[in-house]
Amino acid sequence: MTQALDYLKESPSQTAGPYVHIGLAPGAAGFDIYRQELGWDIAGPNAKGERIRIEGVVIDGTGSPVKDVLLEAWQANADGIYAHPEGGGDVEDGFRGWGRVITDFATGEWAFDTVKPGSTAGRNVGTQAPHINLWIVARGINIGLNTRLYFDDEAEANAADPVLNIIEWERRRATLIAKRSERDGQVVYRFDIRLQGEDETVFFDI
Amino acid sequence: MTKPGEYYQRDRMWHPPAYDKDYKTSVSRSPKYSLISLQNSVGEITGPRFGHNDIDPLDNDLIKNYAQPGESPIGERIVVHGRVLDENGRPVPNTLVEVWQANAGGRYRHKKDTYLAPIDPNFGGCGRTLTDENGYYFFRTVKPGAYPWRNWVNDWRPAHIHVSVFGHSFTQRLITQLYFEGDPLIASCPIVNTIRDKAAIGQLVAALDRNASIPLDSIAYKFDIVLRGRRSTMFENRLEGN
Repeated sequence: MTQALDYLKESPSQTAGPYVHIGLAPGAAGFDIYRQELGWDIAGPNAKGERIRIEGVVIDGTGSPVKDVLLEAWQANADGIYAHPEGGGDVEDGFRGWGRVITDFATGEWAFDTVKPGSTAGRNVGTQAPHINLWIVARGINIGLNTRLYFDDEAEANAADPVLNIIEWERRRATLIAKRSERDGQVVYRFDIRLQGEDETVFFDI
Repeated sequence: MTKPGEYYQRDRMWHPPAYDKDYKTSVSRSPKYSLISLQNSVGEITGPRFGHNDIDPLDNDLIKNYAQPGESPIGERIVVHGRVLDENGRPVPNTLVEVWQANAGGRYRHKKDTYLAPIDPNFGGCGRTLTDENGYYFFRTVKPGAYPWRNWVNDWRPAHIHVSVFGHSFTQRLITQLYFEGDPLIASCPIVNTIRDKAAIGQLVAALDRNASIPLDSIAYKFDIVLRGRRSTMFENRLEGN
């Protein structure tokens, strides 16, 4: 006999299902119920830094858009600070750094507006390149998928990023780099996520 | 003194795998490559925080939060209550819990749900609340109905409530489903059975809780939710890794 460890087990995950919008974005499901839905304003009005739009589509193993997916974004502000007691400092009033992203049900296209995050501290030493953490749930996804979005105009920082560098297959790192363009004066980054198949996006066990 | 360190690694043998041929939608939506394991950094040990300004007091009462004045949804009135804990058994206070479900007939108020059971005009089907300082939460609702879904030709989902929880870090983010004690459809559900371990499935089955039932009003079910726990740093981490 040995002493028993008294840890609990984490509740196992289950798919968010096709009707995830009812719970997390009821307006998209087709009805108004809450005074305010959560997660539609990531940066708030007072955030410093460059205003950007991120857009993309999630693609399944058949090459088709995933039209019922929901994403959550979690990011630092332009100074690399997360809005959290352990986030490295204070953030602008109204900056939450978290958002919910839903698709156009007809096309699967999604987009969100935010500010470009700054570099953040490494785990113990060094610096992480600017990035946005993403969490993806949908029908057919049994446990939420974590990935990261990096920026293609940060080539030097990306080359030194400790997380990109632990991805052994260098060509897979490119799946995490969003591509910058400008449209009508607005900075837009394109970030398509491939769940499976050619150029499958790198997903993390965080 | 110890201080909070990294979160315990997720037990991927306890969670369902991404790919399960019997849950057909997972087949083309499951990554084929292995996940890359990351040690925690600042973006993982932090996460969004919510307060009472974000929600309203009625948000946790699904019997009232969409009903016309003086009316109620059809169905068996239930209370769902429990605690959000971490793997160390400590309560997770002030964290957002969101729920959504079908109505008593098994129909969702969603423009994509076309099941022939009717929409209930007095039932929205979603709610949210914050755990209190002891990690405790509760909702009032009607028990959802079972419903058919396209997987095998005659598959039925057991009655369930979807549950979304944040915890205090992005590593703890979790969506799962609550099932009800005694439901004969649990055993044959391909989504339930994406979870391999029977004990893990049992962790998602809410217990009928007669002590918490409100006499002549509502039956109660108890559902505790466990999020990842966090190590205490007894010695400084070595300055290596990433």
